[in-house]
Amino acid sequence: MKIGTPKEIFEGENRVAMTPDSAKQLQKLGYECAIESGAGVAAGFSDATYEAAGVEIIKTAADLWADVDIVAKVRQPNADELELLTKGKTLISFFNPAGNEEGMELAKSKGANVIAMEMVPRISRAQKMDALSSMANIAGYRAVIEAGNNFGRFFTGQITAAGKVPPAKVLVVGAGVAGLAAIGTSTSLGAITLAFDVRPEVAEQVESMGAEFVYLDFEEEQQDGASTGGYASVSSPEFREAQLAKFRELAPEVDIVITTALIPNREAPELWTEDMVAAMKPGSVIVDLAAEKGGNCKLTVADEKIVTENGVTIIGYTDFPSRMAAQSSSLYATNIRHMMADLTPEKDGQVNHNMEDDVIRGATVTFEGDITFPPPPPKVQAIAAQKKPEVKELTPEEKREQEIAAFKAQTKQQVTLLTVGAVLMLGVGLIAPASFMQHFIVFVLAVFVGFQVIWNVSHSLHTPLMAVTNAISSIIILGALMQIGSGSFLVILLAALSVFMAGINIFGGFLVTRRMLAMFQKS
Amino acid sequence: MEFGFTTAAYVVAAVLFILSLGGLSGQESAKRAVWYGIVGMGLAVFATLIGPGAGLWWLSIILIVAGGLIGFQLASKVEMTQMPELVAGMHALVGLAAVFVGFNAHFELGRVLLMDDAAKKTLEGFAALLAKKDGVEINILRVEAALGIWIGAVTFTGSVIAYGKLSGKVTSAATKLPGGHILNASAAALSFLCLIWYLNSGGFFPLLLLTIAALFIGYHLIMGIGGADMPVVVSMLNSYSGWAAAAIGFSLGNDLLIVVGALVGSSGAILSYIMCKAMNRSFVSVILGGFGGAAGPAMEVEGEQIAIDAEGVATALDEADSVIIIPGYGMAVAQAQQNVAELTRRLRAKGKNVRFAIHPVAGRLPGHMNVLLAEAKVPYDIVMEMDEINDDFPETDVAIVIGSNDIVNPAAQEDPNSPIAGMPVLECWKAKQVFVSKRGQGTGYSGIENPLFYKENTRMFYGDAKASLDTLLTMIN
Repeated sequence: MKIGTPKEIFEGENRVAMTPDSAKQLQKLGYECAIESGAGVAAGFSDATYEAAGVEIIKTAADLWADVDIVAKVRQPNADELELLTKGKTLISFFNPAGNEEGMELAKSKGANVIAMEMVPRISRAQKMDALSSMANIAGYRAVIEAGNNFGRFFTGQITAAGKVPPAKVLVVGAGVAGLAAIGTSTSLGAITLAFDVRPEVAEQVESMGAEFVYLDFEEEQQDGASTGGYASVSSPEFREAQLAKFRELAPEVDIVITTALIPNREAPELWTEDMVAAMKPGSVIVDLAAEKGGNCKLTVADEKIVTENGVTIIGYTDFPSRMAAQSSSLYATNIRHMMADLTPEKDGQVNHNMEDDVIRGATVTFEGDITFPPPPPKVQAIAAQKKPEVKELTPEEKREQEIAAFKAQTKQQVTLLTVGAVLMLGVGLIAPASFMQHFIVFVLAVFVGFQVIWNVSHSLHTPLMAVTNAISSIIILGALMQIGSGSFLVILLAALSVFMAGINIFGGFLVTRRMLAMFQKS
Repeated sequence: MEFGFTTAAYVVAAVLFILSLGGLSGQESAKRAVWYGIVGMGLAVFATLIGPGAGLWWLSIILIVAGGLIGFQLASKVEMTQMPELVAGMHALVGLAAVFVGFNAHFELGRVLLMDDAAKKTLEGFAALLAKKDGVEINILRVEAALGIWIGAVTFTGSVIAYGKLSGKVTSAATKLPGGHILNASAAALSFLCLIWYLNSGGFFPLLLLTIAALFIGYHLIMGIGGADMPVVVSMLNSYSGWAAAAIGFSLGNDLLIVVGALVGSSGAILSYIMCKAMNRSFVSVILGGFGGAAGPAMEVEGEQIAIDAEGVATALDEADSVIIIPGYGMAVAQAQQNVAELTRRLRAKGKNVRFAIHPVAGRLPGHMNVLLAEAKVPYDIVMEMDEINDDFPETDVAIVIGSNDIVNPAAQEDPNSPIAGMPVLECWKAKQVFVSKRGQGTGYSGIENPLFYKENTRMFYGDAKASLDTLLTMIN
């Protein structure tokens, strides 16, 4: 089958859904690849590099759509593009199914199968095709870069001959993929980075990236991200108030605010209010990554950069990934390639659209003339449920008490054992003759010594211990030697055999032990 | 020579044996300890040869030398990966020798009892000792001899089967005859009845029946135990061979036999206990075979096993500062210890902190992994026990699991319904990245799914351990 990528027709979109690298991988899966002439130019991939990777160049979009069986693209297709679909064709693209009823109807009427990249479930298995995450990663990085571009100072603090430069203070709101990427970029540029999220379980991730998590003084059962597929959900009014109060407190201090708070299928929550903007220092920068969904700051204008009266720059671009087209194309193309790998389990260049598969089912929005959106919930949970609280630390007194209790229990146990042992021994002594008791005492003492000695043997020497005990257990040879002098032939024969076998054991056992021990060397 | 000299020599020998075992507490003192053992053994044999009762000097010496030559051959040729088989095989010899010596005690007793008083006076050594015994003492002697034979016989067949399982000649899966433990129980009951019969009649037939029953128990008991429980089995057989020697020592009235038998017996018992504790299972449940029934459905494992190639592992190792390697039986099977050691040397040469984490039951013999690593010249001070290293995993960049499975299974901690719940495991999944070198996607010995393989920081490095490490070594210089 043939897989093709047309040029993106959306204004200002630089990305492309197939790169020369991904094309090579797709060919390994058994597909032929095609691309519309000039589709990769904006992302830095010329037609020639595609040709070198064995990709067929097709002049016009219409020809491409007609010629290929699978169309991979980036942006949500418009009606004109969907018109080009025919029965049996597969389209893989961002599709925004929740807000694109007409698009789905159109694709359904055409009988085409549509896989929406944003619908890939968030389970570990599907991470490799999670385009939202890979794009969010770029957006987070780019947000910091854009902020730095509009911020008049260094990120890192410096003490120079020309004076002291304080470090920039960055607040990242929302520690999803984009937020974490922003945190990572900001800390590596040297800024003091604070981060906030409504899901307390991400505090650990935030701290691992080198930022400080902003905790709220708020006692309520906090959200468990596990129940919502790893996404944030709407919070209670009280929680929101506590959150805004905290932000108000931080607003005068921070130089750069990056907001990334999105709730699936809802307008972005307002987190950075006008009074907070007013409280910020002139020259500060706000980057609102939620601008497309209305913005976390109400002053944000989508796709534009504005400067407020008090000199705060608010950036509302919605095309951060497209601004880094080379990087985002290569990541997106890899996501597509992984999706194709899952669709082609046999690697034979034939699509096996398995609607039983959680990931494929979840991402498919129209299939064989039916709208299959929304998908049923995935069978597996996205992330582990929240951990139960740890066992609390013991106070020194409690520890002491436990130790005393343990000591008492141990004493009790030992005394019991000793008593039982002594009684048994006395019992044996009462009935057994003296000659037996002599040997018996030797035996009990030897067992006792054995237990005392063996406990000290180091773990790593257990095999040599076995070999050496094996060797010395051939002490049985003494018995045979004592009997070999007997008059009876049978006795001599059996004793001789025993001597022989024990002989093997003595030499074999000691020698092998020596061999082993000689190997243990200190570095 | 006088009896006094023999006894004195025995005391010295006993002390030497105790020192020999005690010296194994450290790698350096252990090298001296073996010599104590050798000298002790030499002294004991010498004293017995010249002591009362021994005859046929030349025959004895020739047999010892002949046996010694074979032992020498065996010990110098054996591969370190075959240690478990060798140890099991040698236990079988001790067991069989104990059976023979026990039989002899019975024959001698019969012969002496038939003699009249005058003839008895002319007897020497062991026979003379027997002649002095009265009725109760003779019965005690019979019990002791029968006990020695019984334990010796169980040790013999048990060790033969253990040898077969370890060398792959017998299937390592747990197999039982129909009837299972009832058969063992009835064989044990039969042995007990034979003992009573023997005490009353003094004939050879009940003794023979008892031996056969014991041979059956040894066979059937060990057949029912699977491969991964072999560390317990081998140390248990080790213990038995000691008890058999001690029982024979009682019947012969030889204190040195008793002392050494007791030392070996308790040593094996302690090893078995340590192994069982490391698996969080009771001794009885290991011996009776199979894993206990799970308390409920096992936790679902989700996600997928993500494979990685040698290049990826090499890059990760290159970037890592600290590496912990967790070897298991798979490393022994693939004979990969030399490659592991070479990898360690190269990584250490680059200034990385490389250490080994050894689970007590890794391999098929207590301390098996330590011996293999020592053979490959891995310095023993970077080989750590589980308790020493478990807390260090969170600060470790890369953990490499080579051929181990159950001992790194997080289900032991996370899933209370897992059959191995509560077993102490190496917490390698806390390392930043885990590589698992494994032949395929199968489960471990216990047949339990291992959630480690599905963790997000785990990458599967499929292929034969030796071949995979070979490719990896070409990329690390």
